[in-house]
Amino acid sequence: MGWPHPIHPRETPVLSTHFGEVEARTHAGWVARGGYEGLRQALTMSPEAITEVVKASGLRGRGGAGFPTGMKWSFMPKEDGQPHYLCCNADESEPGTFKDREILRWTPHALIEGCAIACLGIRAEVCYIFIRGEYTEPGRILEAALAEAYAAGTLGADAMGSGKRLDVFVHWGAGAYICGEETALMNAIEGKRGNPRVKPPFPAVAGLFGKPTTINNVETLAAVPQIITRGAAWYAGLSLSSPKSTGTKLISVCGHVRRPGTYEITMGLPMQDLIFDLAGGMHEGRTLKAVIPGGSSVPILTAAEVATCITDYEGIAAAGSLLGSGGMIVMDDTTDMVFQIMRLARFYAHESCAQCTNCREGTAWSTRVLERILRGEGQPSDLDLLLDLAENMTGRTICVLSDSCATPIVSGITKFRSEFDAYLSGARAPALQEA
Amino acid sequence: MADQMVTLTIDGQVVEVPKGTMLIEAAKQAGILVPHYCYHPSLPSPAVCRMCLVQVEKLPKMVPSCVTAAGEGQVVHVHSPEAVKARAGVLEFLLINHPLDCPICDQSGECELQDFVFQEGNAAGRYADYPKRYNPVENFGPDILYIVNRCILCTRCVRFMESVALEPVLTISERGDRAFVDIDHDRLLDHAWSGNVVDLCPVGSLVSKDFLHKARAWDLDKTASICSGCSQGCNISIDTRDEVVVRLRPRPNLAVNHHFMCDTGRADYRWMNRGDRVERCTVAPAAQPVAWDTALDTMRGILDATDGPITVLFGRRVSVEGLGWVMRLVEGKGAVSAMQLPLGTTAPLAGIPDLALRAERGPNAAGAALFGVGTDWERTVSGLGPDHLVLLVDVELSDADVAAIASVARVLDLATVADPRVTTVCRVPVTNMTEETGVFVNRDGRAQRFLPARTPPGDARPTWWVAASTWARQDAERLVPATAAEAFALLPETDGLTHRDLGFGGALLDHPVAAVGA
Repeated sequence: MGWPHPIHPRETPVLSTHFGEVEARTHAGWVARGGYEGLRQALTMSPEAITEVVKASGLRGRGGAGFPTGMKWSFMPKEDGQPHYLCCNADESEPGTFKDREILRWTPHALIEGCAIACLGIRAEVCYIFIRGEYTEPGRILEAALAEAYAAGTLGADAMGSGKRLDVFVHWGAGAYICGEETALMNAIEGKRGNPRVKPPFPAVAGLFGKPTTINNVETLAAVPQIITRGAAWYAGLSLSSPKSTGTKLISVCGHVRRPGTYEITMGLPMQDLIFDLAGGMHEGRTLKAVIPGGSSVPILTAAEVATCITDYEGIAAAGSLLGSGGMIVMDDTTDMVFQIMRLARFYAHESCAQCTNCREGTAWSTRVLERILRGEGQPSDLDLLLDLAENMTGRTICVLSDSCATPIVSGITKFRSEFDAYLSGARAPALQEA
Repeated sequence: MADQMVTLTIDGQVVEVPKGTMLIEAAKQAGILVPHYCYHPSLPSPAVCRMCLVQVEKLPKMVPSCVTAAGEGQVVHVHSPEAVKARAGVLEFLLINHPLDCPICDQSGECELQDFVFQEGNAAGRYADYPKRYNPVENFGPDILYIVNRCILCTRCVRFMESVALEPVLTISERGDRAFVDIDHDRLLDHAWSGNVVDLCPVGSLVSKDFLHKARAWDLDKTASICSGCSQGCNISIDTRDEVVVRLRPRPNLAVNHHFMCDTGRADYRWMNRGDRVERCTVAPAAQPVAWDTALDTMRGILDATDGPITVLFGRRVSVEGLGWVMRLVEGKGAVSAMQLPLGTTAPLAGIPDLALRAERGPNAAGAALFGVGTDWERTVSGLGPDHLVLLVDVELSDADVAAIASVARVLDLATVADPRVTTVCRVPVTNMTEETGVFVNRDGRAQRFLPARTPPGDARPTWWVAASTWARQDAERLVPATAAEAFALLPETDGLTHRDLGFGGALLDHPVAAVGA
């Protein structure tokens, strides 16, 4: 994991190798650690060649959807005579997710280099890094690193003396979770209200400022320099499991574990080992109850499901959830699942952009029903109501925020129904007082 | 052409539509209205209300029909159980915070929320145990109130101001279920076309102060008409309640005004309700009313006896039929004529080409040009002399006009409202445009029909009938047209068009229209 803990022997440090090293934040320090070698090589390569390497590496989007990165880049039009843009999604706002923060604050040059290489891959000259407004410390470190990269001539009108223009700008978010949705992020950069756009058109056709745009997550882009320098085969070989899940993944583990933090694992590590070995397992006398494996938007896994789950895209999907962003929320037997689900629903109700009716009203209504159950005022029909609302909130809206709210509600009711029943029957004392 | 058309099946009906047509419009061709709120044919589609979701076979999710283009061979289900359930769900969501104050809501009776809930909504909501959101009513502009509680956040008003008026003073503030339409705090909704947001609002959230609590929608009679405010010729509906005009609203015509009308035109209805109308024929010097026969004989006698100059002065709202038959009546007598055409400021609706409040504040100057009637009012009036016979046709006179006419010995007045300053030989009551069928020709040469919305007062008859009846008395062979349609068709200047040809969209006249205005 790196600072403040030593790297665990079962971690595979690729992105996290230099976490905790203050000198790695500086341009000189980064170059001394082999930094910007990937960019130097990429500047001599054709966009197709760069894209091919990334494609061959099997790198998939680390923001949550897991879409193959090389394929995404290949969707960009070829010589079409209009500007292309790269957006880097650093609006890491998913509850339970804090892996990009570590990249931003410890190895900002890895991200900047990744952005530069990706720009070359998609024929863009300009990259916007949209950073979460609350990330003041990581953001300042990133901005300092960016200033150094410009001062060193690594970026700018003549990047590394290649004659090519590469510009990277930081755009600060203002605190809306929805701006992490790719098209809302583009609206926000354009100075508009951060509302997701209707797709199609997809960003590769009409994205930022209506131009072809690729958007990638911080972790995705930060992995690109080493893929260029060490080769696609090296990266693809890092998998322990499926050939469709390659490389390493930063997992931010939080909740009821002894050592919460960000761990870099090779794809395919058993989830049980991740929680009980790397993250130190449960506190004294506690047992595992549930895990939300990929940020708050994915279905909840029970302890039994975790026991056999392999941590990669396919393994978690087989267990009935998603790897998502890799923000793992671990809950032990003291957790009130009804309360947890209400808390998530409340988050989504607060963050709904208010465009789509189903999301605007559904998230708020679901929250109220859950609060009512927690106040001991629930009605026997409330669980059916919640499931019906969830159906009306799934697959009905422009973006997936409303689906994300419905998912934990449905999996929570399905897997932990007895806890809901305890509130409904009065067997359990109300957890909430007056609203 | 064939390859630019796509054929698809909607609820079992096969329709063929141009490529690129959205499903919601394709469904209209099959006679199916997909319920919707945010979609409006004259606005960009944001697909946010999620009401128009339909099922398309082979697609994994339901799609919003307002932004999904029709595809070859698609099989679309608007009324499948899944789609109906999805829409019922949306309606239930929309009703969460919507107050059920329909009994005091202006929109009631023409409310799309009422309509679709009645059509497809659940019998009862399940959101019974919570208070509804409350926000105070906001003053948005000179004629517009925003009743926040009723808002369903379809954003039509925001998009109208942003994309059509090109004056983005409205936005959505806040997030989640706290969201509401907000106005730039330093601005008012006082754009010259801002009244359209009231029409666009599918519920009673944006209401007109002028119409507030004036009438219930189901008590209104709606009559297709043409705005008489300027030469644009916006298609409108005259809404009356018990013979009283209570509001004007735009009527869609994509060739003229899309779905919009300006605030000046919208407010221009009070003259229609005037109570001081001329109701009986009078012949000088007697003050007693006379029958039409007497009045028409008098007018014929005066015209027959006149071999001096004749001047015809038309008001700005005289129809093509009225103009044509009055000019036929004075044909061959060397009559001089002019139509009043006041000038004002222009106010374009920037987002739509060729749509503006025009400087020429009369609806039919181009129609007058068909009959050689110009708009050089001042010169015509200043040319009046004591030996003139003046024919006034529904004019509004200034003090200068009255002074010029005072020197004239003989004035025949076809009047809607009597001007007490003018002494007439004969005054007969004529209908105004809200009481007759007729045609105006707009600045583009488009002839458009308007229909009677009210009963004429007293003995009032259409101008064309008065003129034609006088004309018929000059020769036993002549017949009076029975209807306005006949009166129109018998005029050679109208290119052989008939009222039926004009329909409700109007038709362009063949021959070029003389320049309008001074």
